[in-house]
Amino acid sequence: MDSFNNLIEGFATALTPTHLALAALGVLLGTAIGVLPGIGPAMAVALLLPVTYGLEPTGAFIMFAGIYYGGMFGGSTTSILLNTPGESAAVVAAIDGNPMARKGRGAQALAAAAIGHFVGGIIGTTLLVLLAPTVAKFAVDIGAPDFFAIMVLAFIAVTSVLGASRVRGFASLLIGLTIGLVGLDEMTGQQRLTFGSLHLADGIDVVVVAVALFAVGESLWVAAHLRRKPASPIPVGRPWLHKADLKRAWKPWLRGPMIGFPFGAVPAGGAEIPTFLSYVTEKRLSKHRDEFGKGAIEGVAGPEATASASAAGTLVSMLTLGLPTTAVAAVMLAAFQQYGIQPGPLLFERESALVWGLIASLFIGLCLLLVLNLPLAPVWAKLLRIPRPYLYAGILFFASVGAYAVNADVFDLLVMFVIGVLGFVMRRYGLPVLPAIIAVILGPAAEQQMRRALQLSDGSLTGLFNTPFALVVYAIVAILLFWPLIRRLFRKPAPPTEPSPQVERPKVDA
Amino acid sequence: MHKAVNEPVDEPGNKPLSRAWLRERSELGVSAILVGLGVLVLVDAIRIHTDFAQRGPVGPKAVPIVVGVGLIVVAALLARDVLRGGRGEAEGGEDVDLTAPADWRTVLLLCGAFLANAALIGVVGFPISGAILFWGAAYALGSRNFVRDPLIAAGLSVVTFLLFNNLLGVPLPGGPLVGMF
Repeated sequence: MDSFNNLIEGFATALTPTHLALAALGVLLGTAIGVLPGIGPAMAVALLLPVTYGLEPTGAFIMFAGIYYGGMFGGSTTSILLNTPGESAAVVAAIDGNPMARKGRGAQALAAAAIGHFVGGIIGTTLLVLLAPTVAKFAVDIGAPDFFAIMVLAFIAVTSVLGASRVRGFASLLIGLTIGLVGLDEMTGQQRLTFGSLHLADGIDVVVVAVALFAVGESLWVAAHLRRKPASPIPVGRPWLHKADLKRAWKPWLRGPMIGFPFGAVPAGGAEIPTFLSYVTEKRLSKHRDEFGKGAIEGVAGPEATASASAAGTLVSMLTLGLPTTAVAAVMLAAFQQYGIQPGPLLFERESALVWGLIASLFIGLCLLLVLNLPLAPVWAKLLRIPRPYLYAGILFFASVGAYAVNADVFDLLVMFVIGVLGFVMRRYGLPVLPAIIAVILGPAAEQQMRRALQLSDGSLTGLFNTPFALVVYAIVAILLFWPLIRRLFRKPAPPTEPSPQVERPKVDA
Repeated sequence: MHKAVNEPVDEPGNKPLSRAWLRERSELGVSAILVGLGVLVLVDAIRIHTDFAQRGPVGPKAVPIVVGVGLIVVAALLARDVLRGGRGEAEGGEDVDLTAPADWRTVLLLCGAFLANAALIGVVGFPISGAILFWGAAYALGSRNFVRDPLIAAGLSVVTFLLFNNLLGVPLPGGPLVGMF
């Protein structure tokens, strides 16, 4: 019952008036920014990061927890009322949420999403409380080679599982690793890629990179192809549910987290795959199968609960291993590093008060989310009408504030511009952004772990493979890497009527 | 969703390296960027002195060399994919209309507004340079309300300055204007 006591203490930390106010402010800001079209949770969190700079760490992370869940919830509102999901996790919610809104059942769709988020979040966070300390205890014993193996797994998974083109994923990964190299080598103090510049000697701040890739890159990209007549949102009243709706939604709410949580915890899980799985499951189990795609409430309730629980699952690997599995978690890890706190197995021992305060405020944030967002939904819906010039001007404005606030240095604005242009090019040519941001954050840590492991083995490469845990992880990496090859081996020989070789030749994966 | 689109791109009359041929394969530019980065990383890595202060068998050179070589290999693979007809799919979005051609004027104006803030923030302070950034960006994106736009820009900039500088404890340069009060 150790974690139970810790959690109670966490609530004592989180329930002070200041911290409660910060959590509420975080939820409101997170939802407001998340609802804005074009802004997904990762960008919302990155843009709001500077707001917390002046706060002490505990207060900052309590506010952050609110921003996190608020941003996730805001994304689904955009999906349902505009049919244009701002992020991958909310794609599935649009399939049935938008038809519901068009039939005049927008209020019910929003309620199903909000309560789904609440239920998924509560179940997911409870699982986090139960599991995280155990995982942390186990992780204390794993050494440098194991950590390096896990990070390699994260790199390979994020480039191979998501996105259709592996070569473009790897290009993005290597760009991120290159950015991560800039600065002084931590072990020897040698300058790398600094070109003699003092500004670059400290390395490029992760926050600057994140804001540049997400916010600046996105603004420039949208500017090049701005839709002159933006889609108009569907007006909506205060969310509420019929008894019949409740009867159909409660099972999906409870099933969703079971799918979402484990997927969130593994690298490259994210919410994309589990929300889709949840949708398919609900469709199969439903008595109203014919309504799916035309506005079935189960199709909103299940995936939203899944997305929320998957966000909690993400926190398990982020807090206990220091391993971000989604873009939002990557930005959150950057926030930890901003305070000189390194998430990992020792976090629960060293920063016990902070971690449990954070977890407690996740629960509080979820309750606030439900209490604030159900009545405020019509107000949030109005945000969807913001004129696009103001929206993207505002994004650039706050991106500049954020990048400048990191070090109070104009040089960071120029770095952000260059990386922002890179983000534009990546969007134009289908290079995914997530591998780059994960590489910037994990790259330097992975290098340290590898060199430490090789130091212990006196330079022998066996030092990287001398634990069973590392070997298992590398086996998974190998399967992911050679998956297309394995699949080809087990595929039945092609019948003679297959398309001609000219059509088949341009393979997606190089 | 990123998907390389397979479509017959070899139209008759498009000779290799002609303008139309290159335009169709502009993604080769990404390969060029990757090669450039790779060479940069490798040259920088070779320049590092490792004869002193090295702890452990692996010095500060190893990882840059791996990354540099990786960049060049991926650049080659990407070029092969593009020449075989693979295309990276441009990212869609709620405000993105991919059927329209790229609007470079808007992009350049937006870059100008962004860089103006970077150039001016140290001289005139954030309240003014931030307002210029917002108004400039809104103008670039097609907003032409010459009363409302500057008012919103000035209001947002001053409120943000006060919020961050005075309330949240994140210092921003006030510039000469704030010094006068």
